[in-house]
Amino acid sequence: MNKAVELKQGQNELFADPDADRAREFFRHKSRAMVNKVTTAQEAVKNLLHDGDYLGIGGFGANRIPTAILHEIVRQKKKNLAFAGHTATHDMQILVAGECIDRLDIAYIIGLEARGLSPSSRRAVESGKIKLTEWTNATLSWRIKAAAMGLSFLPARNILGTDTFKYSADKEITCPFTGQKYVAHPALYPDFAAIHVHECDVYGNAHVYGASVSDQDLAKASKRVVLTTERLIPNEEIRRQPHATFIPFWCVDAVVEVPYGSYPGNMPYEYFSDEEYLKQWLNIEKDPAEFEKFFKKQVLDTRNFNEYLELNGGIDKIIKLRSIEHLIDRK
Amino acid sequence: MADYNPMELMICVAARNLEDGATVVVGTGAPCAAAMLAQKTHSPNLTIMFEAGGVAPILPSMPISVGDSRTFHRAILASSMPDIMETCQRGMVDYTFLGGAQIDMYGNINSTMIGDDHAKPKVRFPGSGGANDLASLCWRTMMMTPQDAKRFTEKINFITSPGYLQGGTSRYDAGLPKGTGPYRIITNMAIMGFDEETKWMKVLNVNPGYNRKDIQDNCGFELKWADKLADTDPPHADELRILREEVDPHRYIIGR
Repeated sequence: MNKAVELKQGQNELFADPDADRAREFFRHKSRAMVNKVTTAQEAVKNLLHDGDYLGIGGFGANRIPTAILHEIVRQKKKNLAFAGHTATHDMQILVAGECIDRLDIAYIIGLEARGLSPSSRRAVESGKIKLTEWTNATLSWRIKAAAMGLSFLPARNILGTDTFKYSADKEITCPFTGQKYVAHPALYPDFAAIHVHECDVYGNAHVYGASVSDQDLAKASKRVVLTTERLIPNEEIRRQPHATFIPFWCVDAVVEVPYGSYPGNMPYEYFSDEEYLKQWLNIEKDPAEFEKFFKKQVLDTRNFNEYLELNGGIDKIIKLRSIEHLIDRK
Repeated sequence: MADYNPMELMICVAARNLEDGATVVVGTGAPCAAAMLAQKTHSPNLTIMFEAGGVAPILPSMPISVGDSRTFHRAILASSMPDIMETCQRGMVDYTFLGGAQIDMYGNINSTMIGDDHAKPKVRFPGSGGANDLASLCWRTMMMTPQDAKRFTEKINFITSPGYLQGGTSRYDAGLPKGTGPYRIITNMAIMGFDEETKWMKVLNVNPGYNRKDIQDNCGFELKWADKLADTDPPHADELRILREEVDPHRYIIGR
C-alpha cells in the first residue's frame, strides 16, 4: 500500500468517559466486603442512581429484565439519564414514558422485535429532545467488554464504512502488527446497572440460566450494580457449584428479591413473556392521552412490583405464563 | 394462478441457499422460517444461531424475540451476544439474513431512518441492532424483500449495514473482512446477485409470472443482467407442505 491510510472518526457525542485510569480509581474504592446487601427496589434506586447518570439495563428488551427497578426509576422521577439502547424494547418504553432519558446510545430502539414498533418511543426519538449516537449490538457488547477488561477501547471489524459509524463516536485505528484497519470502540463504564437473575445469595453471588446477552460484562463494567432476583438462595448453594457463579459478590452493591420480576418479560426456564399485555401496551401507546392514564394506573400509582403484578393477574397469570414457557398443554 | 404466495416463494428460495453443515445467524420471522425449512429438508445439519446467544436449538415454535427462551430450547449452547458476534468475526458463520426499508445497487441497507437530519429524523426505525455486525462479519449476507422502486433506490438515506459500500473494492478498503458481502437478494420478482468486479446488483433468476420489464420497473436503479438469465424453480410440493405444516402452522409469517 503506497497511499497513506486515511483514518476516520464518528461525529456524534460520546456520553460516557472511556478513561481506564479514572475507572480504576473508582474501582479502587469500591467495597469488596462480602456483606448482606439485601434491600428494596425503592432504597436501591434512591441510593445508587442519580440524575444525570449513565444507565445500563440487563437482559434483552423483554427477556430477563429488571422490571421492578425500571418502574422505580420512573416513580422516583430520575431525570437526564443516558441509556445504553442495547436491544432496548419494553425497558425503553418504560423509561420513555417516565421521560427519564435525554441521551441515547442506539443499537436497537423503538422496536419490540416481531411485535412491532412502539409509537411513544418513536415519538420521543423523532422529537429531537433526546441526543442520539448510533452504535450496533456487537459494538455496545464490545464497549461493555472493553470496560469489563479494564481498558479504554477494543478493536473490531464491524461498522466500518457505514453511516452507523459516521453517527457514532468510534474511531479508526491501524493494527501495529499487520497494518489492518480496525475500528476502535470506546469502553463503556455505566454509572449504574440493574440486572435480573434467577437466583443469588444475600451477598450478590448470582446464577443466570439461558442466553446471557452481555450481562456478565455489564456487571463487571458498571460502577454500581443492583441485582433483582427470582429468589434468594443460601450461600452454600453458590459454594456447592462455584463453576456456575455468573456474577460474583464484589460486582454487586444491592440485592432485591423480586419473584416473577421480569414480568411482563420472558424469564427463561421460569415463565414466558405476557404477549397479550405487551400487545395491549403497544396499542394504547397510539393514543397519548389514553396511554398517560394507562401508565399512571400501571406504574405511577402502584407502590411496588407486587402491586403491579397483582393488578395484571398475579399468580394466576404467572401460572399461565409458566405453562407457555414449559410448553405444557393444560387442557 | 400459482398455488403459493410471494412470501412462501422467497422462503423456499432462501432455504435452498443454506447447504447442509453450514452456519447461519437469523432473526425472527422469514429468515428463521427459511432456516427451519432448510433444516427439515436438505440441511439437517444446518447450525442456526441467534444473536443473543442461542445456538442450534430444536425450535418448538417461531421465536418472538431473538433472545427469548425458544432460541435456546433444547439447544447445543446458550451463550452470549459477544460470543455469537465474535464467532462471526472469527469467520465461522457462513450466512445471515437482513431486512430494511431501503437497499441500493451495492447491497447497502437502511434500517435506521428516513430524512436528512440524523438528530431529527422524518421517520425513525429501530437502527442496526445486530444487522451491521452480521453484514460486516458473516461471509454471505442475504435479504428477502418485496421489490418496489422506492425500496430499491440509488440514494438510500442512511447506510445502516454495509453492502459493497461504493462498489469495487471499497468494502475491503474500508477495513471490512475480505471475502464477505451481500450474496443474494431474493424478492417476489427475482433473485439477484452482484457483479464480480463492480459489485453492482445483477439479476440471476426471474420468478414465475414476472418479466424483465416488471423487475426493472420496480427498481430505482438500472439493474445488470446475467448472461444466462434463468427461471426460478418454483416451490416444490414437499417444500410447501413442510413450510405450511411444520415450520409455520399458524401462518404467522407465510400469512402476511
